[in-house]
Amino acid sequence: MSSRQLTCDEATGEAIAEEMRRDPSIFLMGEGVDRREYGPSLFKEFGSKRIICMPISEPGYTGVGLGAALTGMRPIVRIGFVDLMPLAMDQLLNQIGKVRYMLGGQVKVPLVIIAPTGAAGGAAAQHSQSLEGLFVHTPGIRVVVPSTPYDAKGLMKTALRENNPTVYLPSKPILRIRGPVPLEDYTVPFGKAEVRRQGEDVTVVAWSRMALRALEAAEKLGKDDINVEVIDPRTLVPFDLETVLVSLKKTGALLIIEEECKRGAAGAEIASSIADEGFRYLKAPVRRVASENVPIPYSQVLENFVIPQVDDIVKAAKDIIKAKL
Amino acid sequence: MSDLGITAEKLVEMYSTMLRIRRFEERVADIIMKGRRMTAHLYIGEEAVATGVCAALRSDDYVSSTHRGHGHCIAKGTEVKYMMAELYGKRTGTNKGKGGSMHIAKVSAGLLGANGIVGGSIPTATGAGLSIKLRGTDQVSVCFFGDGGSNQGVFHESLNIASIFDLPVIYVCENNMYAISTPITYAARVADICERAAAYRISGVSVDGMDVIAVYKAAGEAVSRARKGLGPTLLECKTYRYRGHAGPYEMEPYGDQAPYRSKEELESWKKRDAILKLRRQVLEKGVLGEDQVERIEADISKEVEEAVKFAMESPDPAPEEALEDLLA
Repeated sequence: MSSRQLTCDEATGEAIAEEMRRDPSIFLMGEGVDRREYGPSLFKEFGSKRIICMPISEPGYTGVGLGAALTGMRPIVRIGFVDLMPLAMDQLLNQIGKVRYMLGGQVKVPLVIIAPTGAAGGAAAQHSQSLEGLFVHTPGIRVVVPSTPYDAKGLMKTALRENNPTVYLPSKPILRIRGPVPLEDYTVPFGKAEVRRQGEDVTVVAWSRMALRALEAAEKLGKDDINVEVIDPRTLVPFDLETVLVSLKKTGALLIIEEECKRGAAGAEIASSIADEGFRYLKAPVRRVASENVPIPYSQVLENFVIPQVDDIVKAAKDIIKAKL
Repeated sequence: MSDLGITAEKLVEMYSTMLRIRRFEERVADIIMKGRRMTAHLYIGEEAVATGVCAALRSDDYVSSTHRGHGHCIAKGTEVKYMMAELYGKRTGTNKGKGGSMHIAKVSAGLLGANGIVGGSIPTATGAGLSIKLRGTDQVSVCFFGDGGSNQGVFHESLNIASIFDLPVIYVCENNMYAISTPITYAARVADICERAAAYRISGVSVDGMDVIAVYKAAGEAVSRARKGLGPTLLECKTYRYRGHAGPYEMEPYGDQAPYRSKEELESWKKRDAILKLRRQVLEKGVLGEDQVERIEADISKEVEEAVKFAMESPDPAPEEALEDLLA
């Protein structure tokens, strides 16, 4: 396949544009969606009827998305940052995630919520969070965590063809990183992890920005002859446990990296699943590197201390190898 | 056209619907009082609102409902036997026993679901309105909520959104004067909830919710405006629930606390009962004779008894069905 270099944002915008051309029921709404990221080109092509600017009313327009999804449309709800999702959590947790089940399967909810996630440097506690664990905990929704432009596009296309609600969480710091994106039409399936790097010594599971940091750490470790296998799950719900188990058979050690604060985060669920189903492969205790259990502070010095850095991952990998039986 | 300005056929339809809601719910109350565990917020006393509004709708119009949703379901065309089976938690219920009273709905009748979160479905109905506008049909979306729901943040957000996009949504506030036990006179300074329409520059109307003809006419005007693209209406219907917020009893016990409403107040509203009023009107105007009214009542009582029988004889869901219907 021939390809070119696009940013995550450009790739996501391309996915939305292509799907909107294919399916007239898709529309995008949110605050200032004609101006942000891929908004201007979408607005130019599709106009105000399908690129709909909303007042700052996150609970209101998230619920509007549900009503439209129940009545024949495929809305994309754009939330400024994932930090604003708590405003709309009643709509997500009590309505969107549950409505099909509560109604005994009478409806489908083809709805995509985009909520950029993570710390981009100096935005402090209400504009820097990672909240994957909240969504993973909520039954009835798909949780998508792209880390490359290729996946950003392919996963968005799958989300827009799904008949279930999807929370799509692109990592803010990687939105402008370029990567190859094929010219041809393709999709990336949900629930299929990508092995980003092969290795025999330790399995690292990391997504979004942390997948990139894990790869950096793996390069450093390679210089010390430690070979790390990096698995990017790409979606947390559904989660591709099988690929992790296959890797663990080889490495016997699991390290989970995540940007969320550690307590109750999505990685804890992965660790628990491995304890249930992969215990016999483990030659060392499962380790997790995650943010400290504090809000994200403003000062870059403090932010860097709280969020996992490449060297933290290197150290944790070395520790786990030392601990191997 | 009868003297009441409505066709005889419509009057009979509305009388039957109100009575069907009343008898269904009286039976539900009776079943609960006899000891069956069943969560239910009863609509008894408020029948004219759901009936009058839904009588002004087409079958392809949408309705979002509340925790007090049996009336909306029946008025929009859900068969009582499937509703009763749902309340019994049976597989044959409208929601296969997964929703119960608070989520009861027949989606193919245009219902978007009852809702356990006060005000939770106000954005849903608004989104159905946006969908109608984007698809370019002349459907309308009706959003039922109470005086309590009108104090939720999504009420403001949704009415504002509907206003700026001229959405075909009729916001029906069933003002029954109490949000659980909190009087609306305590919880809001406005005398009429419909005054809030002014803040969104949309049409705001208040009607006597104990008069089904008044509700039907006001809803008809709001629906007609919405179909013509003239935007949303906030239609307040002043009404009263005869039973407590939840459960079958009229005077809810709140521990040692004094009741939040008086027996005298309850009795004064019962004197204005919407079903008795319409019954009187159709008899006086000669729309129906005594024997016809009695036949309607007998037919509905039979229908409700058959619903109970159907529900009781229906199978429970298999336990593993709890794992189905989450994802499409």
